[in-house]
Amino acid sequence: MNIHEYQARELFEKFGVATTRGKVASTPQEAETIARELNLDQIVVKAQIHAGGRGKGTFTNGFKGGVHLCKTPEEVRDIASKMLGQTLVTHQTGPEGRVVKKIFIAEAADIATELYLAILFDRSSSGAVIIASTEGGMDIEAVAEKTPEKIFREPVHPLLGLQPYQTRKLAKALGLSGKQLLQASKLITNLYRCYIESDCSLVEVNPLVVTPEGQVLALDAKFNFDDNALYRQPSVVALRDTDEEDPREVEASQYGLNYIGLDGNIACLVNGAGLAMATMDIIQHSGGSPANFLDVGGGASKEQVAAAFKIILSDPRVEGILVNIFGGIMQCDIIAEGILAAVQETNLTLPLVVRLEGSNVELGKKLIRESGLAVISADSLADGAEKVVAAVRSAA
Amino acid sequence: MAILVTPQTRVLVQGITGSFGARHTQLSLDYGTQIVAGVTPGKGGQTFEGCVPIFDTVACAVNETGATASVIFVPPPFAADAILEGVDAGLDLVICITEGIPVNDMVKVKAAMAGSKTRLIGPNCPGIVTPGDGPDSHGGCRIGISPGYIHRKGNVGVVSRSGTLTYEAVWQLTTRGYGQSTCVGIGGDPVNGTSHLDILKMFNDDPETEAIIMIGEIGGTAEEEAAAWVKENCKKPIAGFIAGATAPPGRRMGHAGAIVSGGQGTAEAKIAALRDAGIAVAETPSIMADTLIKHIESLKNR
Repeated sequence: MNIHEYQARELFEKFGVATTRGKVASTPQEAETIARELNLDQIVVKAQIHAGGRGKGTFTNGFKGGVHLCKTPEEVRDIASKMLGQTLVTHQTGPEGRVVKKIFIAEAADIATELYLAILFDRSSSGAVIIASTEGGMDIEAVAEKTPEKIFREPVHPLLGLQPYQTRKLAKALGLSGKQLLQASKLITNLYRCYIESDCSLVEVNPLVVTPEGQVLALDAKFNFDDNALYRQPSVVALRDTDEEDPREVEASQYGLNYIGLDGNIACLVNGAGLAMATMDIIQHSGGSPANFLDVGGGASKEQVAAAFKIILSDPRVEGILVNIFGGIMQCDIIAEGILAAVQETNLTLPLVVRLEGSNVELGKKLIRESGLAVISADSLADGAEKVVAAVRSAA
Repeated sequence: MAILVTPQTRVLVQGITGSFGARHTQLSLDYGTQIVAGVTPGKGGQTFEGCVPIFDTVACAVNETGATASVIFVPPPFAADAILEGVDAGLDLVICITEGIPVNDMVKVKAAMAGSKTRLIGPNCPGIVTPGDGPDSHGGCRIGISPGYIHRKGNVGVVSRSGTLTYEAVWQLTTRGYGQSTCVGIGGDPVNGTSHLDILKMFNDDPETEAIIMIGEIGGTAEEEAAAWVKENCKKPIAGFIAGATAPPGRRMGHAGAIVSGGQGTAEAKIAALRDAGIAVAETPSIMADTLIKHIESLKNR
């Protein structure tokens, strides 16, 4: 799950992570009021969408840039009116862009030094690790590759938690001393508290800045949350903006289905995540291109299968469907009934190949054969993939 | 001998009275597995289906029945506690089926387990099967949610991060006449108790295991670490498959651990590491067993 920049700032404020002053606005009037309250010479106005590259983006109304520096509240209002309700296209949004519903109005900090700070879950050590670098504002992966000596890593003990000396070690690694060292130490402590108490898997502050006046501030942040922990994080769940997500993925999650849209033309419906990935792979191997990842889980009900078909069919690129179910415990005849019901309910006209394996498989295949519906039965995973690719080719 | 569990292993079930736990306990009993106890706090003194005594705590169940292994079916908010209870009771083996445990919970559990005698398998896994001698491998030890009848007693070890993909491999082996020594699902989460490498070492030491299928997927570097060890230490024929070559980077593919991030954990890198270690890599999931059989034959003819 991702969140907006203004929401990240609100989390910072909640946990006492020092940052610039700012507020979110939904109307030009609100934007102007916030700018007056801030009462500063330089105010930055930023379009709030989940995609990156906002500064260099272009609105479909021709207005350039999703990030603007303003000097007066009137100017803020004018810029706000050009952004709000408009569609912003960046290199990450795709040509369809994203509608800007909110803008963030904030103090434009002067920057003396740009630094990098992140807390993330590290698989190899099975725990949190804090990463600090003096190379702020850059692509950190490129820094890690070219100058690994400029990346400082501090693992956190899972049971002891972050110790104060570690925050000072990190501040020192960032080249800070005196008051800045103490400020950074406090900021890191609070950032770690935010990471743990919000069940994050990543909090990345890039850049962390030192202002000419000597303040240490978190300027921009990226958050990732552990989906498994959302049940105990209602305040994090409240930050979810489903308008920023693929509507098919949102609908799938309502039915307990795991769907991820891709850009191919052959849809698949599979039980189990590993088998679902493997099914995508074999579609590609057979000369096709997978349209999605879709795991219906171990005990897919008739309703779930029907919902899965509807979601698959809402993708206009889909030209054929492969159903691959290894019904170990589930019985194949019951699965077949669910599929046939879904085919009838959705008036399916696209080629559909069904591969069933497991208990009562012969009965399941018989039901499909005798249904009178144009469903192609497959004997193995490879057979299914080849048949669906061939069916799509001959239909084209 | 098989690894981890044998048909004699005495198993207790944590969460035996929930619908999911009850269903799979019954299937294990039907398979002939020694399910000797259940644990549901507050239901101690009752019995499951008239034959399995239920206890309030794991410690009581262990004392009364001599169980050495446990399987966990409790919901995610209570799963970390259930694992630690099994560790505290001194079990040899705890198998956690539960999917969706918060990462921070597992981080703490793993650290707390360091130095204990208990081995954790999972979480988010299908469990373990050591097939038996009877029809449809009846009489074996089935702990978890795998379909028992797809197995056959034999000499191929199977280890995998995915459930249904394991069933696929097992079924391919069985239908080609190749039985299994033990099949282990290590789970799809980023923090797990037992790795590919741990299981490969056990298969290597197990005289009954003559060949191995290892199934991995995108995310992390566990497959690479296992391959590096295989290259130096394992002489048994291994076939491998890696799922997720077509998965887009940065997206979690169902399993919490199945994600390519920062260029790490790609299928390409894993496949290359497997090949470098002399593991025969199946190009598609349809030929996992065939790839192993071919590999065994080619090693024989050398």
